[in-house]
Amino acid sequence: MAEQDKVILHGMWASPLTKRVEFALKVKGIPYEYVEEDLSNKSPLLLKFNPVHKKVPVLVHNGKAIAESLVIIEYIDETWKTGPQLLPEDPYKRSQIRFWASYMQQVFESLVLVIKSSGEAQEKAIKEVSEKVKLLETGLKGLFPDGIPSVDEFSKNVTLLDLFVLAHFGEYEAQEEVLGLKLIDTDKTPLIVSCITALIEIPAVKKSRIPHEKMVAFLKSYREDALKSATA
Amino acid sequence: MEEVKLLGFWPSPFVYRVIWALKLKDVQFDYIEEDLSNKSELLLRYNPVLKKVPVLIHGGKAIAESLVILEYIEETWPQNPLLPKDPHEKALARFWIQFGLEKMRPIHQAYFPAIGEEREKAAKQYQEVLKIVEDQCLGDQRFFGGETIGMVDIVYGMLAYWFECMEEAVGVKVIEPSILPRLHAWVNNFKQVSVIKDNLPHHGKLLAYYKTLREKLVSARSTLPTPSNHDAS
Repeated sequence: MAEQDKVILHGMWASPLTKRVEFALKVKGIPYEYVEEDLSNKSPLLLKFNPVHKKVPVLVHNGKAIAESLVIIEYIDETWKTGPQLLPEDPYKRSQIRFWASYMQQVFESLVLVIKSSGEAQEKAIKEVSEKVKLLETGLKGLFPDGIPSVDEFSKNVTLLDLFVLAHFGEYEAQEEVLGLKLIDTDKTPLIVSCITALIEIPAVKKSRIPHEKMVAFLKSYREDALKSATA
Repeated sequence: MEEVKLLGFWPSPFVYRVIWALKLKDVQFDYIEEDLSNKSELLLRYNPVLKKVPVLIHGGKAIAESLVILEYIEETWPQNPLLPKDPHEKALARFWIQFGLEKMRPIHQAYFPAIGEEREKAAKQYQEVLKIVEDQCLGDQRFFGGETIGMVDIVYGMLAYWFECMEEAVGVKVIEPSILPRLHAWVNNFKQVSVIKDNLPHHGKLLAYYKTLREKLVSARSTLPTPSNHDAS
């Protein structure tokens, strides 16, 4: 697009919602400036650009701000025609992607509950997330009836749903280590796993992988803080 | 043109979002009423994941989730557009749609089954969120869509008709003209739009429905149900 296109992303490095948008920008090869936000001390810029929610991610394109990860990604897809189309042309296929993308929100909320809880509450949350992940797997089966394509082919046809899966489950090994249980695996959720395996081979994605130890440390302290404040 | 069917449930505001969008674009469709206490084979076949209404069936293919359906309708029948053309304006409209979904849902779930003093507290929280919508989305416009209604109006349509019945069932009003003057005006303007006026459920029946629903929720509160504010299930 225009040489003068200025794109700034305000985000938090460990947030899956920020990652969704980052992956979209990266797979489409859109140059952008990244601003890391300290969520306990939000920058005046963030408060200016997202006065309603005061949350990340926020995309600022030539001075105009867009918030809400799904809204941002649709905007990106409509504005930049480089790289793969994150939503297919066909309205019915688009609706299927949108349906599962909105379902991912429910999966995400359940996942957060698992990380933030313990004991009986956690047992319940684990059961919920397992059921939702199972449904997500069947959704992917419908979208990929012949399985996940080769990395090359996939990188040209990746959709926003695939990026969501990567954003939420890409660090599944770190999640396993911290929680001591597998939320996804090749037996129960083969498509989700092969989707992630293929996506992390895309050069733009591979370069930005978060080191395992860093993710583990973050999840551990995030969980500890949540458990502490629950009993406070 | 391929056949269009809509599976619905008469009190559901989510179903009416779809009805209004189809009517505004002059799309012919068959409406099929679902008994949600005894879900039809059709519903279970076409929405096996969530088993909820509305479900739009176009040429044999099914689309579920009212917001997803609205985007599908907008893309398939582009006449009388419901979203702005400008990408940034469109993103803003979609933001407010998501805002309604995320911010209002937990507050609504606290308000509707609230009893005693909780009701005032919940109503106040509701008013705070609606004030944001009034100030930053509606502003001085007649409708969220500007001069004419758009997708944001359709999505917030619940507030213009269903909500009155809910307020009556709860016994504490939220959309007070002294507190939310512009939103209150919007409620009246929205109901006067002919497509909306001609496509609303029966007020008396709706009120009775919500009264009964609220009684059920209040009496079941000891077992902490989560009243669904998604598409009706």
